[in-house]
Amino acid sequence: MAQLLAVLIDGLIYSSWLFIIAVGLTLIYGVMKILNIAHGSLYALGAYSAASLAGYWLKQGYPPMGSYAVMVVAAILVGLIAGPIIERGLLRFMYGKDEIVLVLVTYAVFLILEDAVKLIWGVDPYFIAQPYGMLGNFSIGDLTYPNYNLVLFGAAVLIGVVLAWVLTKTRQGKMLLAVIHDREMSGAMGINVGKVYFITFTVGAMLGALGGALTAPMISVQPGIGAETIVLAFAVVVIGGLGSLPGAALAAILVGIVRAAAVHYRPELDLFSIYLVMAVVLIVRPKGLFSAQEARKI
Amino acid sequence: MRVANFLKSFAFLLAAIPVAVPTLATADEKPIRIGLVTFLSGPAAGPFGVPAKVAAEAIVDSLNAGKVPAPYATKGFGGRPLELVVIDEAGGGTKQVSEFRNLVERQDVDFVIGYIGSGDCLAVAPVADELKKITILFDCGTPRVFEDASYKYVFRTRPHATMDAVAGALYLLESRPGMKNYGGINQNYAYGQDSWADFTAVMETLKPEVTVTTSQMPKFGAGQYGPEISTLLQSNSEVIHSSLWGGDLEAFMLQAKPRDLFARSQLILVAGEPYLHRLPGNIPDGTIIGARGPSGVYAPKSPLNDWLRTIYKERGETYPNYPAYSVAQAFLGLKTAYEKAKAGGKTETDDIIKAFEFETFDSPSGKVMMKLGKGHQAVTGTAYGQTREVNGVVTVVNVKYYPVERVQPPEGMKSVDWIKAGMKPGKW
Amino acid sequence: MKHARTLPVLIVIAVLLLAVGPFLPRWALFLVTVSLCYGIVVLGMMLLMRTGVVSFGHGLYYCLGAYAAGTLDQVYKVSDMAVMLVAAIVTTAVVSGAIGFLLRKYRDIFFAMLSLAFSMILYGLLVKTSALGSSDGFNIAASKIAGITVAGTGSERYVRYALTVVFALVSGIFMHRYLNSHMGRLAEAIRDNELRVEYMGASVRNVIHVNYMISAVLAGIGGALAAIAVGHIDPEMAYWTTSGEFVFVGILAGTGSVLAPFLGAFIFETIRSFAYEYSPNTWQMALGITMLVVIMFLPGGLWSLFVRKRKAA
Repeated sequence: MAQLLAVLIDGLIYSSWLFIIAVGLTLIYGVMKILNIAHGSLYALGAYSAASLAGYWLKQGYPPMGSYAVMVVAAILVGLIAGPIIERGLLRFMYGKDEIVLVLVTYAVFLILEDAVKLIWGVDPYFIAQPYGMLGNFSIGDLTYPNYNLVLFGAAVLIGVVLAWVLTKTRQGKMLLAVIHDREMSGAMGINVGKVYFITFTVGAMLGALGGALTAPMISVQPGIGAETIVLAFAVVVIGGLGSLPGAALAAILVGIVRAAAVHYRPELDLFSIYLVMAVVLIVRPKGLFSAQEARKI
Repeated sequence: MRVANFLKSFAFLLAAIPVAVPTLATADEKPIRIGLVTFLSGPAAGPFGVPAKVAAEAIVDSLNAGKVPAPYATKGFGGRPLELVVIDEAGGGTKQVSEFRNLVERQDVDFVIGYIGSGDCLAVAPVADELKKITILFDCGTPRVFEDASYKYVFRTRPHATMDAVAGALYLLESRPGMKNYGGINQNYAYGQDSWADFTAVMETLKPEVTVTTSQMPKFGAGQYGPEISTLLQSNSEVIHSSLWGGDLEAFMLQAKPRDLFARSQLILVAGEPYLHRLPGNIPDGTIIGARGPSGVYAPKSPLNDWLRTIYKERGETYPNYPAYSVAQAFLGLKTAYEKAKAGGKTETDDIIKAFEFETFDSPSGKVMMKLGKGHQAVTGTAYGQTREVNGVVTVVNVKYYPVERVQPPEGMKSVDWIKAGMKPGKW
Repeated sequence: MKHARTLPVLIVIAVLLLAVGPFLPRWALFLVTVSLCYGIVVLGMMLLMRTGVVSFGHGLYYCLGAYAAGTLDQVYKVSDMAVMLVAAIVTTAVVSGAIGFLLRKYRDIFFAMLSLAFSMILYGLLVKTSALGSSDGFNIAASKIAGITVAGTGSERYVRYALTVVFALVSGIFMHRYLNSHMGRLAEAIRDNELRVEYMGASVRNVIHVNYMISAVLAGIGGALAAIAVGHIDPEMAYWTTSGEFVFVGILAGTGSVLAPFLGAFIFETIRSFAYEYSPNTWQMALGITMLVVIMFLPGGLWSLFVRKRKAA
């Protein structure tokens, strides 16, 4: 029983993290039909910026609670700088090319940014442990968890709710949905598709960086974290149905719980649990859990 | 600040283009070119690859200037200056074989010193023999290199990983004679699996009544250890064995500490030494730490050790960790062999090999003997100790040294068989 | 038109390669060997791309081919290159035949991701298998070819090289003929409009299945040859980045001709090898920039350079 509870809590915490790293990816795919491998680099950039800025903040002796705000600001800055550079400087020349070519374009960006990160921050891992432990712990049964995990969970819920609200209740969101549904038609109806793309990519980049920033206090930020993360985010997004927000949420929960269960009951399966889930889901539902029906164009 | 970093990065980028470290070549002596292969990218770069590169560059400069303490005072190798060609070890065994061929045949290096990853060592060794190029594996741990095959041109100047498990278990049982059980968390790849398998085998031999509670095998680079830590907590293990390293180790420590895992369980980190300076505040006192050989914090005081610490500190800001000691062993071992061959009149490849086999030489971590693998595999004793944090610096206390015969199988015996047969000290 | 010239060009190049082989510096011999192995795999990718699907998991077959060859040596002590290659072909054909039944229903990114999942499952299985060296992999020594011992004769490098050249030639000729056959021409029709192909009475799924198997077998051959040439294999061959590289080279090369994959692979290997050497800290950046430049300025891949030249001539 205690173990089952632990599986649930561990799973949900991991799910929150998965959702945060995957949500920007699914948003960008949904709108722009780009499976953005560079999302992994944005995650890394966010993590590095947060670690170095928050580290600086703490070293100066400013109020430690402020470090959370610093981390978020770091992520927003990364999104605001890197997003427009990649979208305006590169991607907009590529629209209309094959989806796979676009994947490779972002793969090239990923390779470039991997080395750029190394040039800026070096290869030594960074860490800022303080924000992780500072909030105290909560206990369930015989297990203790840092409250920071609640922050992660809360952030995931908040991001999901806000995005859902923006998409369904606001004018901009509705325009976005129109673009998702039919790009050419919405362009014809007077929606500035270029602007929608620009904003979406910037927001997506920000979310990627935020994922990194929120993860920074729990890990040691080191070269290569982007590559590890992007595959997980891919898997989550594909399982959920590309471009689907509720899909990403459900997939994150599924993968999170399955992984926690694997670790608790069959540790040897942990290595490929996520790919097994992906294979099974795609075999049963070829386009993921949530996917819009597409009209076949003749 | 960021701008300064940027400028620095660009300078770095420019400096990276001509990779060979320029050295002052005397007119009559052509420099000896040494290919150095070490991780410059990926997770192993920070803790292993770059410290090894920094140490190698410092050592080469110091050797060329003739400033190394006795018995290494001659400049370079036998008077000839050294020149480095640095290559990134990233990309896996297949790519490293290509790079090795390029290094030897296109760059025309005289010797290759390199390889931290065991897979890369295994892949490169037969090619070194094919190309007849003396190659020194300086840091990788797998005993398979010389236990499963034998090579003429390949040497390893550092002991293999069996001693991690053997000495670790000896130390653990000496400090906790009444222990009942233990669990483990190791990365799911060759090194992690081998470490755990060796450790459990040694424990089984030394104290069969001790039981295993759980074995966690997270993916390499997983980063998130929530479920693993819960499982370890619920297993109520007295001791937790781990061969985690690099960012994975740091992330695990960060996540486990607030959850009071270390209040329940004693931790033994067989590869924990390179991180001590990074972990103040996050490593509980009393953690058992290994360094595979008396390197890093376990290196005994000697003029050579002081020399390495000084030249490393000048460039690296910290004191050298064990990968830096490993690379020093490689350079000094090769220098010894080269100069011995030169004293015999000839420095052809075969002469150097003959001089190198079964040689004993001094290093910053003490005497190194090339006594296994038909004289191609180094052995040393090793050390284990426990951490204690003093004024924000992690130090080691209760240090115990274990002599070679207690921690390494004798020649001709595979590690696994030796452990299963009760680890009888061989004749050395 | 230009198709008619492809076969003679292919044969002339292969003969030239065989003739100059003994005079090449040894590193170049190895570079060409590895490029050709890559080229054979990319040839299969090209077929898939022409069919309109892209696999992000062809590392699966590359690795499977290599392990089929390697396991023979490691476990059964068979070190004959010919036997190894047959084993690689049979294994990859069987596995791709089975997986193909599933994959043929998928298109676009789903095809790519599901194939990625399969390759990562193989990666996971191999990493877990200590008997095969886990993530370290193991060495293989291919000492014989069709019963004749070549190890230790001094000519083993050239034999491996020649074997690769011959297989590249055979694969190239096969692919060229296949692309110009009925089935081959259907591939492009499917890419352009699947529904119309169905209406005309051809089975899209069957074509995709067959093409998938062909590309898988080619990847297996490439993997086995690479294993023989390099002498070491590890699970990294199934990792998604390896598969990504195949797609990368496929796009870099372009799908214009069966010569393109070999050219693309050779250029890719050369760039990588020199980037490792001259900018060890920024070689990924060099590759990324090359890729962007090609996509931006040569949408048809490097091959389009040659086509334009010919038209001008």
